[in-house]
Amino acid sequence: MGLKILTEHINVPGIETLEVYRKHGGYRSVEKALKTMSPDEVVEEVKTSGLRGRGGAGFPTGMKWSFLAKPEGVPRYLVCNADESEPGTFKDRWFMEKNPHALIEGMITSSYALGANTSYIYIRGELLFVLRILEKAIAEAYAAGLLGKNILGSGYDLDLHVAPGGGAYICGEETALLESLEGKRGNPRNKPPFPAVKGLFACPTVVNNVETISSVPWIVNNGGAEYAKVGIGRSTGTKLISASGNINNPGVYEIELGVPVEEFIYSDEYLGGIWKGKQLKAVVPGGSSVPILPANLILKTAAGEDRLMTYESLADGGFVSGSMMGSGAFIVFDEDQCIVRNTWNYARFYHHESCGQCSPCREGTGWMEKVLHRIEYGHGHQQDIDLLVSVAKQIEGNTICPLGDAAAWPVAAAIRHFRDEFEWHIRHPKEATAPGAVYRGQLDTVTA
Amino acid sequence: MAETINEVKFSDEAMAEIQRYISHYPEGRQKSAILPILHIAQAEFGGWVSPEVMDKVAEILNIQPIEVYEVATFYTMFNLKPVGKHVLEVCRTGPCCLRGADQIIDLIKQKLGIEEGETTADGMFTLKPVECLASCGSGPMLQVREKFYENLDSEEKLDEFLEKMRQSEVEKPHHLK
Repeated sequence: MGLKILTEHINVPGIETLEVYRKHGGYRSVEKALKTMSPDEVVEEVKTSGLRGRGGAGFPTGMKWSFLAKPEGVPRYLVCNADESEPGTFKDRWFMEKNPHALIEGMITSSYALGANTSYIYIRGELLFVLRILEKAIAEAYAAGLLGKNILGSGYDLDLHVAPGGGAYICGEETALLESLEGKRGNPRNKPPFPAVKGLFACPTVVNNVETISSVPWIVNNGGAEYAKVGIGRSTGTKLISASGNINNPGVYEIELGVPVEEFIYSDEYLGGIWKGKQLKAVVPGGSSVPILPANLILKTAAGEDRLMTYESLADGGFVSGSMMGSGAFIVFDEDQCIVRNTWNYARFYHHESCGQCSPCREGTGWMEKVLHRIEYGHGHQQDIDLLVSVAKQIEGNTICPLGDAAAWPVAAAIRHFRDEFEWHIRHPKEATAPGAVYRGQLDTVTA
Repeated sequence: MAETINEVKFSDEAMAEIQRYISHYPEGRQKSAILPILHIAQAEFGGWVSPEVMDKVAEILNIQPIEVYEVATFYTMFNLKPVGKHVLEVCRTGPCCLRGADQIIDLIKQKLGIEEGETTADGMFTLKPVECLASCGSGPMLQVREKFYENLDSEEKLDEFLEKMRQSEVEKPHHLK
């Protein structure tokens, strides 16, 4: 069992109440930071920790914080991104539902570090039941003097509110989130200006993921250097992994970064292997946006080294033979899953979720969905594979926000690693569309 | 001014909740509260938001009606047409499909005799497939109002769920509890 920075007390009965949470050391970081540390000292500890954004981008949190502009007389905001919508990702929902005070503690300590006096948790609208849990916990924190005016007699004031979204994946993109928080459609903004300079209500703003913010109390309590001792290289600390798909033990796991992928999949401590005694076919290791890898490349890098659960190891080989850590959504495919169908499913998702601002994404995601649909349903054309590659290439990098890339990458990667399976669907539509049919390397053994 | 055709009136509890959300934002930024207000409106007025309801929201926020329409049409949670008593928001995204979501959606269609987006003749159910609901470890799953129903991985479990819903009243809006 590795170190549990986020989940040590998550299964304690009543941990969602202030009383039990405090009994287990809760809110110590607020006392320590507000009474014994300057805001800059907190920022320094977070920098030292090497903590990286847990929402998907993996950008160093301390550095992001240090970019925050601090003009005289202008309010600054901390906004927590709880818009968890990346397919495969459910760690933040699980964490907030079970241990709401841990996020609230992180919000207070982080807001103090950034000099914010009003902060928001923007949560996806589908999770109104989690919003109720958070609001109840926030009310408890106000009553205990942990929020509001002059927190614990420190002279620091903070108001914390929860704001629901309305059902839009794009609002996980930080500038779309800010638009949404201002009561508008979730259209991402052009950058620059970055939120650190001009964010919520045109004021300097930091947007951080739930898990990122919830890691801050441990860092303040134990020091950034202690946090940096956990993990490997630039992948410090622990990470919540949302595990789904064809495995024996789906769920959320807190791992020390550096666990070998093979151990993670097959050990009973983690996923317990592939369900129903089947074989592993592929894994999407970081949420639907990141490249899919076939079994051999998820277990070992192209150079034959063990693949590890770190930002660097999962990305080893770039997009030729690697993938990304992303949000830590680990989606496992058994031998009976169809890659073409899955790729079409994701393409439909991105088409549905494109905000429509940029034509390469608005049109391109629709084209990809349409072409993948006809391949999956036995009407593909021989040139469709190259067409998909070309459309994906023309979306990538040509849009305001990364949704375009997120739509293009899974299509490009599926074709890169499973081209035969696409060919089979096109050349042998009758076999490929038969009920329960799955490609098992029979491309050239079946005659059309 | 034309006469209001359908008078839209929020309950006192709903208005209190609306004012609470408005108070979370700086002076002059009351429009920020539009999404929580639309959720309250949808829960209060039968699971959908009519143009009249949207106009009322605009009036409360002191903004133009178009500002409400453009938001309500952008976000997928707001139903712009009347819906059945229970709206089955079934996840149709990849991870749930790996555990049988496609089959569950097909079964729902068969059993209820409706297609996606349709409502049963008795007004009991609307089928609304949705994208990932952040419950990928417990798929196939669906949402009705604020509740998740997870691990619906067999016909028996689906039947049991549908029967339970037939017997259930619509969950009261949170602000009326």
